[in-house]
Amino acid sequence: MPKALSAWPARIDLLQSLSGLLLVLFIWAHMFFESSILLGEDAMYQVSRMFEGEPLFGKPYPLLVSAVGITVFVLVAVHAILALRKFPSSSRQYRQLHRHMGAIRHPDTALWYAQVITGFCLFFLVPTHLYTVITQPENIGPYASSDRVWSERFWIVYALLLLTVHVHAAIGVYRLAMKWYAPSGVNATRNRARLKLAMWCILGFFIVLGTASLLTYMRIGYQHADRAGERYVPAALHTEDS
Amino acid sequence: MNQIAVKEAPRSLKIRILRHNPHDPGSSPHLQTFELEEAESMTLFIALNEIRQTMDPSLQFDFVCRAGICGSCGMIINGRPGLACRTLTRNLPECITLAPLPAFELIGDLSVNTGKWMRGMSEHLETWVHQRDQDKADIDRLEERMEPDLAEKIYELERCIECGCCIAACGTARMREDFVGAVGLNQITRFRLDPRDERSDADFYSLVGDESGVFGCMTLLGCEDYCPKDLPLAAQIAFLRRRMAATGS
Repeated sequence: MPKALSAWPARIDLLQSLSGLLLVLFIWAHMFFESSILLGEDAMYQVSRMFEGEPLFGKPYPLLVSAVGITVFVLVAVHAILALRKFPSSSRQYRQLHRHMGAIRHPDTALWYAQVITGFCLFFLVPTHLYTVITQPENIGPYASSDRVWSERFWIVYALLLLTVHVHAAIGVYRLAMKWYAPSGVNATRNRARLKLAMWCILGFFIVLGTASLLTYMRIGYQHADRAGERYVPAALHTEDS
Repeated sequence: MNQIAVKEAPRSLKIRILRHNPHDPGSSPHLQTFELEEAESMTLFIALNEIRQTMDPSLQFDFVCRAGICGSCGMIINGRPGLACRTLTRNLPECITLAPLPAFELIGDLSVNTGKWMRGMSEHLETWVHQRDQDKADIDRLEERMEPDLAEKIYELERCIECGCCIAACGTARMREDFVGAVGLNQITRFRLDPRDERSDADFYSLVGDESGVFGCMTLLGCEDYCPKDLPLAAQIAFLRRRMAATGS
């Protein structure tokens, strides 16, 4: 009776979920680090030096940031390729899906479709961001980042990225939980509603945090526009110099 | 002073039905509206019978049990799948649109051949108890006793009436015709629980360990949300996914 078993469907399904989970954890951690600008320029400077390995090696190695960027890019590529197989692949499938969604107006089907749309947008937005990180790792700092955001008009990319990546990530985590560990038992409905509430709260939190950080980078970039290109020198070094 | 309860005038329902007879070359799909007065505790099943008895005897729709047990009267009610016999008109607006369940062969009007689809799924997934030396089994011998808890668990999944609502509510099944849907995956978890079935997880993996089976499910959850029997389909599919992932990887 059994057909020849192929392990690939199981592996691919696991890998898609695992790569998605790793990327979500990365982006959430990334948000806390990048929003260090809200604590001041010195705080953001310390965080950027930390990722360049200065506390460990005594001097900064921006290539470490490039390495992280490449790793993230590979993860994104793997996740995208695996997720693509779930996208509708013909006009007939799109027609069926739109007819179905229009009639049923089912919230969780709409959430999945929001992931399809944001995922498609991320195909373009993520490489744009990662290209800068990978090729110019030394240009991450309070002034360098702010100049890029304001003077190089990158705030448009970051604003779109902020919205799409967090919608994609928050829905993704909720769907991941339902996919592998959907609540069961008498409280299943209540627990699913709580999971969904947590999804909206997490999404709201990161959108607020990200927007506050982006606005801060824009303000610093605007104020620093006439000196764009100048690098930040921490207040402590200023004091030592004087 | 005691208030005298005043009964509201019954609503006039406008029921729009998607009519089509695929066996009649002259028939083309169209909406036909019927008006009738709403009665106390009226279900869609009662409304449809009234339409057929008093307005149009050619209207086709299925029913057997009238109690949500047979699964025959599944249809699309204002865009969402449900059972006509379990849907009270008072929970719907005055204008009600009915259509046949998609994804199944249309017999005519609201009648679809879910049986053909279910049989195909059942043969594909081999949804029956498998035993070695089944041919030599002594059918007069009493079956092994089963723990009541286990019997309850199997019964919970056995409550599926194969009405087809989970297939109609599933975006994946609508896009991919070979997807076995929640009804098929639920059957597999049911037989996996059954101690009389001697199949291993590897055997079940060979049946549902691909994109037409459990790994094709995109967790859209339409099955869970529109199952008229409130079966725990999402939890069952998640459990099966974990088992099959452990078996396959």
